[in-house]
Amino acid sequence: MNIFVIFFSAILVNNFVMSRFLGICPFLGVSKRIETAAGMGVAVTFVMTLASAVTFIVYKYVLAAMGIEYLYNIAFILIIASLVQLVEMFIKKSSPSLYQALGVYLPLITTNCAVLGVTVINIQEEGFTFIDAVVNGLGGALGFTLAIVLLAGIRERTERNDIPKAFKGFPITLVTAGLMSIAFLGFQGIL
Amino acid sequence: MNPLKIIKNGILNENPTFVQVIGMCPVLAVTTGAVNGVGMGLSTTAVLACSNLFISLIRKAVPPKARIPAFVVVISSFVTIVQFLLQAYLPDLNASLGLFIPLIVVNCIILARAEAYASLNGPAASFLDGIGMGLGFTLALIIVGSVREILGAGAFFGMPILHEDFPRTILMILPPGAFITLGLLMALLNHLRGKGTSKGGAE
Repeated sequence: MNIFVIFFSAILVNNFVMSRFLGICPFLGVSKRIETAAGMGVAVTFVMTLASAVTFIVYKYVLAAMGIEYLYNIAFILIIASLVQLVEMFIKKSSPSLYQALGVYLPLITTNCAVLGVTVINIQEEGFTFIDAVVNGLGGALGFTLAIVLLAGIRERTERNDIPKAFKGFPITLVTAGLMSIAFLGFQGIL
Repeated sequence: MNPLKIIKNGILNENPTFVQVIGMCPVLAVTTGAVNGVGMGLSTTAVLACSNLFISLIRKAVPPKARIPAFVVVISSFVTIVQFLLQAYLPDLNASLGLFIPLIVVNCIILARAEAYASLNGPAASFLDGIGMGLGFTLALIIVGSVREILGAGAFFGMPILHEDFPRTILMILPPGAFITLGLLMALLNHLRGKGTSKGGAE
């Protein structure tokens, strides 16, 4: 498959959040402020791209070579957990304010299903090469960042609006996400 | 320890989906029908109960710093077992749940219960907590799945129940329907809860 097709399909047509429902927890949890959402997006992008590369190599040259492909789930989650630890140490040193803002959601990138999701998709997809896998990881992560930053922008506004009491918090956010998802359906035809 | 109380706590008072709002990905992704909801819910319940039991048994042997990786390995082993069982005995269900079976590993409910309950309580209580939380999650999946299936396909558990002339809202079984259904259901629950507690002047 053409890598441009993979890239744009991962960002827009099969957006990880809006049409595949991966990474909903941080999408709902860290989308109150645009800056935090963007920071989360950058951290996830880094982890997802790196995880796509490492897991693909490990699957192909370690697991498949030894005939133990069925252990992929255990291997992948451990790789992702170590990568997240690495990113956490890096952000703590380089940008303490971002570290504070991301708070508990930073270690939780491990349990962000978009990360494990993309690595599993990479090995399930027929004929994916190493480059395809990395491009898919990068595209998926940029799609996640796009969705979470857009939602944060809308939430900063709805927060000041007069919405019914029962809808405050998660309900209005979910309905907003639903309307965004309708907009993303519009990309369905472009590829 | 009251077994019924622990189970009821998971299903109602601390329902993972509607009260704690964790583990939302499968709630949105696999609920195009009630049958998928049951399959996903029970698979998660099995993993949750087994991993809670096992983690509770090893809780004193695991050093606190190596806690999370140890838990994750336990959980992903049980997920792999459940995935094998589904592939062998329920291949159709396995195909329609697809990606979301391996992704049970990263369902926040499981790690959250391991951390907040199983690592602090005895094996029996932890097992029951897993069952309760799992059933609460299953209930939420069935509710969301039923609403979407009835409005989107005019059926309930695969059986057609709406008259043929009744308009089907295709949007409900497409991704946006999942977000909107869950948002409206949560607003409804907030409203009902608000009525119940308004006398006490809560919030």
